[in-house]
Amino acid sequence: MAIPSGLEVALGASLHPGDLAQVVRRIADEVAGPAAAEVDLEARFPEQSLTALKSERLLGALVPVSLGGLGATISDIANACETLAQRCASTALIYAMHQIQVHCLVRHSHHSTLLRQYLTRIAEQQLLLASATTETGVGGDVRTSRCSVTLDGNTFLLDKNAGVISYGVNADGILATARRTPEAASGDQVLVLCTSDGTSLERTATWDTLGFRGTCSEGYQLRSRGPAEHVLPESFALISALTMLPTSHVLWTSVWLGIATDAVNRARAYLRSESRKEPGHLPAGALRLAEAVSALQTMRATLRDALQEYERAMEDPEALSAMGFALRMNNLKLAGARLVVEIVSETMRVTGITGYRRDSRYSVERHLRDAYGAGLMISDDRIYGANAAMLLVAKDA
Amino acid sequence: MRDEIRQIVQQHGRLGVEMSSLSDVADLYDAGLSSHASITLMLALEEHFDLEFPERLLRRRTFESVAAIQLAIEELSSLRAPSR
Repeated sequence: MAIPSGLEVALGASLHPGDLAQVVRRIADEVAGPAAAEVDLEARFPEQSLTALKSERLLGALVPVSLGGLGATISDIANACETLAQRCASTALIYAMHQIQVHCLVRHSHHSTLLRQYLTRIAEQQLLLASATTETGVGGDVRTSRCSVTLDGNTFLLDKNAGVISYGVNADGILATARRTPEAASGDQVLVLCTSDGTSLERTATWDTLGFRGTCSEGYQLRSRGPAEHVLPESFALISALTMLPTSHVLWTSVWLGIATDAVNRARAYLRSESRKEPGHLPAGALRLAEAVSALQTMRATLRDALQEYERAMEDPEALSAMGFALRMNNLKLAGARLVVEIVSETMRVTGITGYRRDSRYSVERHLRDAYGAGLMISDDRIYGANAAMLLVAKDA
Repeated sequence: MRDEIRQIVQQHGRLGVEMSSLSDVADLYDAGLSSHASITLMLALEEHFDLEFPERLLRRRTFESVAAIQLAIEELSSLRAPSR
């Protein structure tokens, strides 16, 4: 029998953020960290980390307490992502992507008994959710679909050539975008819950990349059928604006912040050991560290500001659908993706060849490889383009 | 004014359906109005009606239907009427 964990004992009915943070810290240090190098080298799914997260019921963290979850806030999850990313960025990104999907379900399934039941199952059985928003042939624009949902009585059918489904084969459920009907316009999309029992994945692309190797973001032909009620009633455009986009940007940036924080800590430790060799002498690279820490503070403040705005606006669809809000969330993503590369590059200059090595305790090479992924997951240029268009009409952004 | 708005939406909205098949209260986003096209639409409306949508109106609901757009334009027109 499993020993009751600290979290479950402390939890009772509601969640204490401090307990959550502690449990995540322990998983990061004791499970995710030790496996990180191998996960990266072999580009394999971080099985141990996910098992540990499940055993602490953390996959249902965002599910409301009334549905059996932990009732965590988006800030709690952001902290968890940052902590995990300090030890294994792939684990952290998988956790972030899962929570983005859960958040969409929590906030956009109110009128569906089936979807609410599924949320209960996520918490009970610690199901892992993945996302299939990209599609081959639409040029990376997630707000455009070629495939469409077909209804056969009370059953939906979907066949999607998904360019990327991160950890697809390890997921219990996948939220996929598609056109609402075979006749619908390319931008008239819905979000469909494809559960593993009615879904097959045929691999079409492998994942052997520079960084985030453990996310196993392979391409698949997704074929799914299930109850028509698994098509979320609200349009994807709305779900995207009110939930998926802001949640993605704050959680992704939290992951990048974790990567940057750990790289800075390694550079700091390296300099400390260097300066002990020659006391009273400012080691080469000390100024670079000061620069990196300054940028890190900017990054942290930018994230905190966006998180606060998002949490304030969370229950106000008007505020969430304002153009200024979208601009600011996009700017968070752009700043985060730029700063993580900048900061980790600085730490590489601080640590020199020691940080460049894979086999050093001060290594930041994986951090640098992971950091370059930030600007590509939804390309920065696409976001700059969207912002540039909005700024033609925005007045005080 | 309604016909002018409908014509501008037809021209700039890049909808997946014919404007004539949509009622004044039909949801334009459901009809395929993308966020990118909605900006082109806003600019065209500003140009045609010689006005500027203030920040508080730059949200989804303002442009969700022909009727909603008309409401916003009427409000802006009435605000500036005394100064003319």
